[in-house]
Amino acid sequence: MPGMSDTMSLITARNLTIRLEGRTILHDVDFMIGEGEIVTVVGPNGSGKSTFMRALVGALSPARGSVTRRSGLRIGYVPQVLHIDRTLPLTVARFLSLPTGRSKSEITAALTETGIPPEVAAHQVAALSGGQFQRVLLARALLGDPHLLVLDEPTKGLDQPGVAAFYLLVEQVRRRLGCAVLMVSHDLHVVMSASDRVICINGHICCEGAPVVVSQAPEYRAMFGQGTRGALALYQHDHDHGHDHGHDHSHDNRPGHCGGDAP
Amino acid sequence: MILDAFFFSALLAGIGIALAAGPLGCFVVWRRMAYFGDATAHAAILGVALALAFDTAVSFGVIASAVGMALAVFMLTGRGLAIDTLLGVAAHSALAFGVLALSLTGERGIDLEAYLFGDILNVSMRDVGLIWAGAALIGSLLIWRWSSLLTATVSEDLARAEGIRPDRERLILMLAVALLVAMSIEVVGALLVTALLVIPAATARSLAATPEGMAILAAVLAVSATSLGLVAAFIWDAPAGPAIVSASALGFGAVGLLHVGKRIHLE
Repeated sequence: MPGMSDTMSLITARNLTIRLEGRTILHDVDFMIGEGEIVTVVGPNGSGKSTFMRALVGALSPARGSVTRRSGLRIGYVPQVLHIDRTLPLTVARFLSLPTGRSKSEITAALTETGIPPEVAAHQVAALSGGQFQRVLLARALLGDPHLLVLDEPTKGLDQPGVAAFYLLVEQVRRRLGCAVLMVSHDLHVVMSASDRVICINGHICCEGAPVVVSQAPEYRAMFGQGTRGALALYQHDHDHGHDHGHDHSHDNRPGHCGGDAP
Repeated sequence: MILDAFFFSALLAGIGIALAAGPLGCFVVWRRMAYFGDATAHAAILGVALALAFDTAVSFGVIASAVGMALAVFMLTGRGLAIDTLLGVAAHSALAFGVLALSLTGERGIDLEAYLFGDILNVSMRDVGLIWAGAALIGSLLIWRWSSLLTATVSEDLARAEGIRPDRERLILMLAVALLVAMSIEVVGALLVTALLVIPAATARSLAATPEGMAILAAVLAVSATSLGLVAAFIWDAPAGPAIVSASALGFGAVGLLHVGKRIHLE
C-alpha cells in the first residue's frame, strides 16, 4: 500500500466506518488494493472481516467515510454464506447465468476451469456438496472476467485437502486472469504464499505485512499435505502503526488479539 | 347455460388473474411473502368500506388501500418488529376495521360475503378489461425485472455486488402483489386470494428444474384450477373463490401423491 496512489487503486476505502443494528463493526479503515495484487485479510471471529468485504463490494453502505471503486471495475464476489431456498429450483447452469446470461460454452469452460465435470451444469444447486458449491461460486465469479476477485472465507467447511486444493485453484485462476485477489482467511496460520500483503483486522486494521513462504517449513507442508506444492505459507507481519502492546505472535484466534479495541 | 355471459366474463377475468398470479406467486413462495399477500388482501376490504364511505368507485378504494398497505409494510420492514408480527398486526387490523366499517354502512345493502369469497356475478366486461390491463402490467414488470428480481432473491449481497438494488426489486414485487390482490378481490375474494398466489407455485415446485420453468408451470396450473373452479362454481352455484382454491388444492394434492408414488416405486 505505501506508494500507491488513488488512481492506481481498484478499490479505495477512506476512514470507512460500518454500523450494523446500532453497533460499530468496523471503524476508520483506510484501504487500497492495486491491479494484480493479492491481499489476504485475517482476524478473529467477529472481527468484521466479512463486513469489510461486503462494504468493499457495495453490499453495505458506510456510516462514515467512503468506498470508491474504480469506474468500470468488474468484481467477482464469492460471499461467505449463500443459502438458496429449497423452494427455488435452480440448476448450476442457471445460477451461473445470474444476472448476466452466459452461453453454454462459457459455462462449460468456467466449470472445467474450476474442476467441476460439465454435466454438473444440469444439477440442482441445492444438491451440491459444500466443496462443489464453493467451486461453482468461484466459477460464477470468473464468468464476469473480473479485475478483482473477492473471496470471503471460500474454504469454510472444507476439509484440509479441500482447502489446499481450493487455494491451488485460486492461484491458477489468478495466473490466467491476472486479476487482483482479496481474500478472507479464517485460519490465521495459513495464507497463500503469493499474498503480497496480509491485513489483520479486529474492528479496525491493526496491522499489515508481507507473508513469508514456508517452502522450508516441513511441519506446515506436513499439516496440509504435499498436494499444496508450497501454496500455503506462514504469515509474519510487522506492526506498522504503533500499538504493539508486546503481545506474543502466536495468532491463536483469541478474541482481543491485535489490541482488541473493537468497541 | 354454460354460455352465459356472466360466466364468460368471470372466466376471462379468472384466466387473466391466473396468468399473472402463477409467476408472481413463485416470488411469493421463494421470498416467503405469503403473509404479505394476506395483509394487502385484508387491506382491500378496508378499501371497499372506505370507497363506500367516501362515495368513490370500489375498485379505486381497493387498489389505493392495497398499495397503501404495500408501501406501509415496505417502509416499516426492518424497523424493530419481526416481519411476521408486523404483518399480523397490519393484516388483521385492516380486516377488522374493514368489516366493522362495512357493517356500520350496512344500509347500502353491501354483500360482505362477495368481497370475502368472490362473486362471479360481480364481474362486468369493464372489470375484465381492467383485470387484463393489470395482468399485462404485472407480466411486463416481471419480464422486465426478471433477472434482477431473481438475483436479489438468490442473494441480496450478490445482487448489490452486481449493482442491483434489492430494496427496489422488493418494492416492485410488493406493488405487483398489491395490484394483483386488488384486481382479484371480486373473483376470488379477500380471504382466499393469497392461495391463488401460493398453491399453483407450490405445486409447480416439484415439477420444475429452473425458476423460469416453475413460473410457466405455475401459470398453466393456475389457469387450469381457475377454469375448473369457475365451472364448478357456476354449475353448483357456489362461491367462486372457494371453488377455485379447492381445485388448486386438489391439483397440489395430486402432484404430491404422484411424487410419493414415484418415490415408493423407485425404492
